Amino acid sequence: MSEAVLMKGNEAIGEAAIRSGCRHFFGYPITPQTELSAYMAKKMPKIGGTFLQAESEIAAINMVYGAAAAGVRAMTSSSSPGISLKSEGISYIAAADLPCVIVNIMRAGPGLGGIQPAQSDYFQATRGGGHGDYHLLVLAPNSVQEMACLTAEAFNLSEEYRIPAMILGDGTLGQMMEPVDFSLVPEPVFAEKPWAANAMRGRGAQNVVKTLYLSPEELEATIIEREKKYDIVRDSLQRYEAKFIDDADIILCSYGITSRIVETAVRELRNEGIKAGIIRPISLWPFPEKIFKRVRPKAYLSVEMSTGQMIEDVKLACECKAPVYFTGRTGGIIPEPSEIIDKVREIHREVC
Amino acid sequence: MTNKIILAGFGGQGILFAGKLLAYAAMLEGKYLSWLPSYGPEMRGGTANCHVIISDVPIGSPIITSPDALIAMNAPSLDKFENELQPNGTEILDSSLIPRSSGRTDLSSVRVAATEIAEKMGKKGLANMVMLGAFLKKTGLFSIDSFKEAIKKLLSEKKQQLAEANINAVRAGFDAV
Repeated sequence: MSEAVLMKGNEAIGEAAIRSGCRHFFGYPITPQTELSAYMAKKMPKIGGTFLQAESEIAAINMVYGAAAAGVRAMTSSSSPGISLKSEGISYIAAADLPCVIVNIMRAGPGLGGIQPAQSDYFQATRGGGHGDYHLLVLAPNSVQEMACLTAEAFNLSEEYRIPAMILGDGTLGQMMEPVDFSLVPEPVFAEKPWAANAMRGRGAQNVVKTLYLSPEELEATIIEREKKYDIVRDSLQRYEAKFIDDADIILCSYGITSRIVETAVRELRNEGIKAGIIRPISLWPFPEKIFKRVRPKAYLSVEMSTGQMIEDVKLACECKAPVYFTGRTGGIIPEPSEIIDKVREIHREVC
Repeated sequence: MTNKIILAGFGGQGILFAGKLLAYAAMLEGKYLSWLPSYGPEMRGGTANCHVIISDVPIGSPIITSPDALIAMNAPSLDKFENELQPNGTEILDSSLIPRSSGRTDLSSVRVAATEIAEKMGKKGLANMVMLGAFLKKTGLFSIDSFKEAIKKLLSEKKQQLAEANINAVRAGFDAV
């Protein structure tokens, strides 16, 4: 049994990536993500890996594109405004069906916004961010331990399905320290990469990685082919954690750091006799819609550090069979349990 | 049992390190814990604080809204957090840097001349350890011995020679209360 270590969330992602066989990291510093780049800068040279601080976010994501095309495990990380800059490259990587891991330690937007934690990039992460018909696998940890575990899973899943994966965290998770036990982190599972553009290696023909198709018919065929893969993922990769849902009148939905504040609130609500439950999506794409078909609450409450983005997926998942309410803070403010409790009491008076 | 501790002071006083040491000592005892720093466009001399939760049960929110202990190393920190303390909470104040006493009568408040004590020991930078010593005496959260272990384990190999001075400073704070 290995001993737990005390680490920041950002550092835990870095360590998990290295243990997952990632030897190529391309970054550009931005608060509140910088400790991840710093960790990689310190560790990669010692293990024969590459840490490269690019001249910009756009350069960094295109270096990931190149490294992934050559078949190695590659990673980049940033925070909200930097992810916007990377979005073009992310679209190219998705179009080229390449595996890689992109980390977004969210801060408040829009624009340069602020540097305090937020969850206002949900749409960007789950709907694309860049142009075209594509998806990322989006995983949302809510503890430092999960940041390590989901990073390892992101590498494995991304490679298995050849879909770029995103770890969606926020400034709180990135900055906070908790014990991490790396013996709980999944082992790397390396997929064969017969498609990699890594010299001929006895193959009869060159491997070419490209995203340009001037024939609409040819392009449509590649998109439809990719969509079939997305359908498999939609069905098989839904991840969530549910608590107290069996008898719940009101189910609170939240992910990431907010889910922990929600849990504190729900425990208090249960103590005062309000039947509140929790569905915490861990995969944001694919969204865990199946669990919503198995519950019958009188109302849902989506709690986010945004003005309401995931609420749309909650409405789609429950098919609006119960009213879906929203509460949250934005701009870098973290909601307090008392704000959530007040909102649930209000909903309880309306629907129960 | 859950302890919610806010440590606050100027940047450069070792506030974040002191918090990390509490968290580390908790980890060595197999407790649940979280450590959350303030972060911002800050610099030496600006304000710094961190939230440390130590518990026998898994921790929900790592953000502390009503602490049961405050370790304050400057006056602005006391002004900012004193009113958030729970009734009967514990307050450890560095009296070398905070001229006023507690503004509340429902707290267990201790004034320790931590910076002066540290200066007399030859290193002003150990004031954070003196504060932790006073905190341990007041709360009994950890024994000095288990804290000693935490200091030794937390310091990197290169910094092991500093362990002794840190431990002595903790002891000085412990004895000053």
